[in-house]
Amino acid sequence: MSRVGWIRLLVIVLAVGLLEAACRLGFIDHRVIIAPSAMADALVRLLISGQVNHQMARTFGIIAIAVAIAVVLGFALGLLVHALPRVRQALEPFFATYYAVPIFIFYPIMVAIFGLSVVPILLIGVLNAIVAMVIATLNGLDRVPRVLMKTARVHHMGPLATALRLKLPAAAPHLFTGVKLAVSYGFIAVIASEFILAPAGLGRVISDAYSDFNNPRMYALMLLLLIVATVVNMALHAVDQRWAERRGIRKP
Amino acid sequence: MTAPLPGDTVHARLSGVTRVYPGTAGHRPVHALGPIDLALQRGEFFGVVGPSGCGKSTLLEVLAGLQPPTAGTVTFEGRAVADAVPEGVGVVFQEDASFPWLTVWDNVAFGLRRNGTDDAEVRRRVDDVLAFMGLKDFARAYPAQLSGGMRQRVCIARTLVLQPRLILLDEPFGALDAQTRLLMGDEVLRLWRRTGATVLLITHALDEAAMLSDRIGAMSARPGRFLDIVTTGWPRERDSTIVSDARFGEITGRLWDNLREESLKSLGYTTMAAE
Repeated sequence: MSRVGWIRLLVIVLAVGLLEAACRLGFIDHRVIIAPSAMADALVRLLISGQVNHQMARTFGIIAIAVAIAVVLGFALGLLVHALPRVRQALEPFFATYYAVPIFIFYPIMVAIFGLSVVPILLIGVLNAIVAMVIATLNGLDRVPRVLMKTARVHHMGPLATALRLKLPAAAPHLFTGVKLAVSYGFIAVIASEFILAPAGLGRVISDAYSDFNNPRMYALMLLLLIVATVVNMALHAVDQRWAERRGIRKP
Repeated sequence: MTAPLPGDTVHARLSGVTRVYPGTAGHRPVHALGPIDLALQRGEFFGVVGPSGCGKSTLLEVLAGLQPPTAGTVTFEGRAVADAVPEGVGVVFQEDASFPWLTVWDNVAFGLRRNGTDDAEVRRRVDDVLAFMGLKDFARAYPAQLSGGMRQRVCIARTLVLQPRLILLDEPFGALDAQTRLLMGDEVLRLWRRTGATVLLITHALDEAAMLSDRIGAMSARPGRFLDIVTTGWPRERDSTIVSDARFGEITGRLWDNLREESLKSLGYTTMAAE
């Protein structure tokens, strides 16, 4: 592990250790926060019991589908908007201010239209994630060297082949930033929607545990979400680093 | 100026070609090129030199079918070139056009795979070209791991593997130092002899054009036209050692006589040029 990696690990260990000590020594009321070791213990017990397997599959499934739709559709929309400069000019102010508007305000409308099902949650997930992907696609395509477009013509490539075989890989470093953001936004949107109003899912289970003052269950699931989000992000970061190294791009 | 060549040996021809870039908001149209007449003889090495911005690259792109001429006609092997790169034409650009996400081997194989060439044939031709270009040991490397000169060799190899009959080189060594350019020039001469292709080389370096070319077209400042076409008379078997030949100095001197005033014009020194 690199020196920076060790420092990072040390910061996490210190923070967790401090929280553990503060909880165990009674500086923090156990009705507010339980000790990290108690969270881990509760999580292990919960996972072994299999009580939340179905909820986990549902929530992570919705996140995966929402992110996949946002990434594919976002890339396609980015390609289309990039090819139509006037449309792009008209839409750019909306893209710039998109995340200033809380998309969650549309959640009740979607529940009213689609009912209390996975559809409104999926839509909120897609809507939260897709514009990050569109913006990343536009940024990436802006930076595809013009010489590659000429090369595509020399190789007699049509618009689709050029998009998939040249533009997509050439813009990949920027697209990957979009994918990472889409995963984060999708994650937040789905969990928050379930937390607000949903018949099932991890967000709903956390909300129920909160209402029931069931701190071990609530914190165990929060820890689970933290671990999953961190692992997914680290995996994406590792892939990003590997690709960047191949292309001679230095990333911090 | 039209190069007087027998009709049956003409490989590519530009007749009365001009290129005018349309005016955009607040800007007037730009007359970049022509009128130009040029007949490239099959198998010859033709160099084009001229001041910056004189339309050299425009000339190459019109000939390649990457840009349509505003007026005039372009033909390759007797067929009109109409806004598409004809089969049998390969282009190497000045900028690094290697694909950074592919290994050297996959970069070179790109065009063959696009053509649907079978795997065994792809392997044979790619390995052969990599060996010829001295890239065999770097087959699994990514372009980012190579020097600028080697990346340009990858681009040349990617063009060569498709066995083009007309190779258009747009200042392919422009970003390289003088010594590397000489050595790359040797490689280009080697591949030209081996392939038997017709080569059109755009360059800003008079010595490079003088060393590599059978004929050299000296272009005027914009709009680019041929002021002179110099025949070098070099033997086909030649390399960079001809830079020490007395005739080499004569050729570069004649080119510079043609271009000095035009270069001053292109830099805006109209008074000095007039004096």
